[in-house]
Amino acid sequence: MTAELFVQTVVNATYAASYMALIAVGFVLIFGVMGVVNFAHGELYMAGAYTVVALYADQGLPFFVAVAAGLVFVGLLGLLMELALFRPLRDNPLGGLIASIGFLLILQTIAVLGFGVRMENVPPSTQDKIVFMDGAVLTYQRLYVIVAAVVLLSALWIFLSKSKFGWALRACAQDREAASLQGMSINQTARIAMFIGAALAGVAGALTAPLVSPTPYMGHPVVVTAFIIVIVGGLGSLEGAVLVAILYAFVHTFVTTVYDGTLANIVGLLLMLVVLIVKPTGLFGAKERA
Amino acid sequence: MPNRDTNTTTRVVWLLGSALLLIVLIALPHLLSFSQQEILVFLVINVLLVSSYRLLTLTGEWSLAHAVLMGVGAYTSGLIAKELGVPVPIAMIIGAATAGLLAFLLSFPLFRMKGFYFLIASFAAGEAIRLMWKWSDLTFLFGGPKGIKRIPPFPDFLSIDFYEPVNYYYLCLIVVAVSLLILYRVERSRIGLTFHAIHWQDKLAESVGVNTFRYRMLAFVISAFFAGLAGALYAHYVGAVAPNRFSVEEMVYILIWAIVGGTATFYGPIVGVVVLTILNEVILRALHVDEMRPMLYGGLLILSILFLPDGLESLVPKIKGWFAGRKEKRATEERRTMKEQPAE
Repeated sequence: MTAELFVQTVVNATYAASYMALIAVGFVLIFGVMGVVNFAHGELYMAGAYTVVALYADQGLPFFVAVAAGLVFVGLLGLLMELALFRPLRDNPLGGLIASIGFLLILQTIAVLGFGVRMENVPPSTQDKIVFMDGAVLTYQRLYVIVAAVVLLSALWIFLSKSKFGWALRACAQDREAASLQGMSINQTARIAMFIGAALAGVAGALTAPLVSPTPYMGHPVVVTAFIIVIVGGLGSLEGAVLVAILYAFVHTFVTTVYDGTLANIVGLLLMLVVLIVKPTGLFGAKERA
Repeated sequence: MPNRDTNTTTRVVWLLGSALLLIVLIALPHLLSFSQQEILVFLVINVLLVSSYRLLTLTGEWSLAHAVLMGVGAYTSGLIAKELGVPVPIAMIIGAATAGLLAFLLSFPLFRMKGFYFLIASFAAGEAIRLMWKWSDLTFLFGGPKGIKRIPPFPDFLSIDFYEPVNYYYLCLIVVAVSLLILYRVERSRIGLTFHAIHWQDKLAESVGVNTFRYRMLAFVISAFFAGLAGALYAHYVGAVAPNRFSVEEMVYILIWAIVGGTATFYGPIVGVVVLTILNEVILRALHVDEMRPMLYGGLLILSILFLPDGLESLVPKIKGWFAGRKEKRATEERRTMKEQPAE
């Protein structure tokens, strides 16, 4: 492997780690607070990408306006899911999973009806790029994703550790009943968690739209990846999700570059299987809730 | 005396009901169009698939590897029939046995976990197997993403052409009926009771000497065997298998059938798959809303989980209770008249 290829692969892996971390952290947040596996998370990511398709590629609004709209729109979708599906099914975790599958099918169909099944082509918002000394390239489009991941995840971390809402959120994730006995509103925290979790997926989708050619079915591989990251990192561990997203992105990108994509997927799954066998709670997971 | 009376009536009702069901099942394909006959064949195969899935859920574990295990049966049976020239009926059984063997091997790592972790780990194991079929380095064996084509069909027997959907439907019906009978007997046996015990009280079961690992493994192996058999039936009917046929989306369908039908009773998942298939293939297709179908399906799924959380099977006792209520009313009325008679 030449130095140029090596640096290029590191750059690619950093980009992949950034958007995977955004998605996985939202997924963990929703699982931690709501206790449901949100199968529709990949479709929230897809909805973010299609917001950019509609507002930026079709209507010609500025790119960042479209991204902000994607964040808000997908966040609202998250609120809708909480209100209509997860709240009535709070005592039925398997039910939440099934309901999210139903929601996924609805979102997919809306995308197909609105935009068709073929790939959308989103023109890049900028042609600028950074060229490293040995020839590796980082386009600004990818840099935006990396910057957004760092900024948003830091903001989330500060929010969770410093603000009152953040404390309530973490308390709910630890023990819902005890938290509600202390006077925290379960509905309120669930709403916040759903909004943030969904919005992070939406932002990831919106920012990567010019890079990946959105299709209505783009969410499926993404949710599988999120699954792997979250399990290896430990359910309910946000730090674990970020660290494993980085680890997974590097392993996956390097194996893809050196061998091929399918082998990279197999390696990722086997990694997850090994972690589950050796330490079922994940690398950074706490003990399972009783 | 009246007790024995009701016993004979229920028996007669049961007998009449089964006879009616048998007649409907035999007559059904002749009332349908060609494409509907094909759907019927898949429906019968799916009944076996979802019923075998239920056997594992008896122990309280939900697997996401079932579709892949079906694929193992399909790939094995198709490959050995095509490449080695093994007769198709024998190849089918070998395919099913291979799926069972794989489940046996997988249960060593997988049953170190329970509940949600088992669900995810079974998903990872299944996906890894499925991606192996897709992998370009193994294309010479599994055919890569395009899979295996030109799998030999079921051979003619007594000059019955099993290439015809109607005849293949009857073949599947017999195979599936025998399999369901076995699954039912397993559930009603001591083994099945132990499965229930492991589900509801695994610590207690262990403390009275039940080897819970062994029983979980047994449930997994049996359910994998019949999933593999369903896969083999599928492979030799369609004549081709591809990795995407056994993806997570297919697994999600199995889950949906089981959950919408309900898993507390033997007939629950079967009701689920039959009702949802009729809904999806017949009613939604007749409405000419092809592109909207997934949306309507998703909406129905949400509605059923919100308003019928215990599955369609939970309607049966209600209907029964409704009938029994009427019968009881009549019975009390009769008793009242009988009591009143001597007084008159």
